Amino acid sequence: MLDVKAGDERSFELLLQRYRTPLVNFLYRMVRAREEAEDLAQEVFLRVYRARKDYVPSAKFTTWLFRIATNLALNSVRDNRHQRMEVSLDAPVTVDAEDGDEKALDIAEKHPNIEQYLVEEARKKMIRHAIDKLPEKQRAAVLLHKYQELDYGDIAKILECSESALKSLLFRAYETLRVELAPLVARHGK
Amino acid sequence: MSCGRMENRILAYVDARLKESERLEMEKHLSACGSCQLRVNEFRAVASLLEEVPQIEPSPAFDVRVRARVAAEPVKQGWWAWFTPSPRVAFAASLLLLATVWIGYESNSQMPFDNPKEADAQMMQEMQVLDDQDVISNFDPLKDLPQPVQQEDQTNQTDQPNQTM
Repeated sequence: MLDVKAGDERSFELLLQRYRTPLVNFLYRMVRAREEAEDLAQEVFLRVYRARKDYVPSAKFTTWLFRIATNLALNSVRDNRHQRMEVSLDAPVTVDAEDGDEKALDIAEKHPNIEQYLVEEARKKMIRHAIDKLPEKQRAAVLLHKYQELDYGDIAKILECSESALKSLLFRAYETLRVELAPLVARHGK
Repeated sequence: MSCGRMENRILAYVDARLKESERLEMEKHLSACGSCQLRVNEFRAVASLLEEVPQIEPSPAFDVRVRARVAAEPVKQGWWAWFTPSPRVAFAASLLLLATVWIGYESNSQMPFDNPKEADAQMMQEMQVLDDQDVISNFDPLKDLPQPVQQEDQTNQTDQPNQTM
């Protein structure tokens, strides 16, 4: 980032290559819509670029990056909450094609053991939905903790809370997930 | 140690992020507490299940869009930018300097004297009318001119008293 600050455009390109996938995944899990996640990720990179001259390496770059991303995601979730509730109540149940699910015909062609495939897909879907149902701050904490493997201190800075508050937040999130995923957890333990 | 105090440490224990002393304390508690041990196992199961969520890849157009948005950003220039080399500014400054020097040179060549009196004298010398100095210094031709009227009046005034007397 210091090279970007110094005006090295190639370093910005390296940042883009390194962080675009984790950033898009984090934002996708937060806002639950691929297109919106990509728009937000673009906005994050744009803000990084705009702020490059004023960047002070007081914290890790990753912490700074995900702080911008988390704030954008939380604002987006709050802004779209009513809209989402209306859509989810009115919309028919459909397959989430953008999340790796495939159409029935493709499934039959690609997966000879279709029964096993469907079981695995149902399992993944259940996990995704359990994450989606978490309150947004708990969801952000879990995503940063599990998928970005950030330290508690870094996650606490991103979410602007104390480290003990973060541990409590994560404990509550895992408790909720434990209950939501009880059938899978029970099978996992056997 | 109570189960309540353990709660905030369970996840760190599952992640193996506890300090050595805290880990030993936790294991001591777990060996005696079945409910906390069960919770640790369930948290481990949840952590393992979360790893099954597949990642998505950004669309191929993502990088292009980011680059386009970055390229469209207006270039901000601070006041220091005035001091950065610019061919246009350097050319304009050179022209201005040349013009100033030329005007200064021209004005000096038109006014060779610093003293205004000296300048007037020079001007008088250069006037063609004054070339013939004899015209100015010789007053003889003026003797042929009639005497002024005032002189006649004076003689008349001196004669009058004698006539009356």
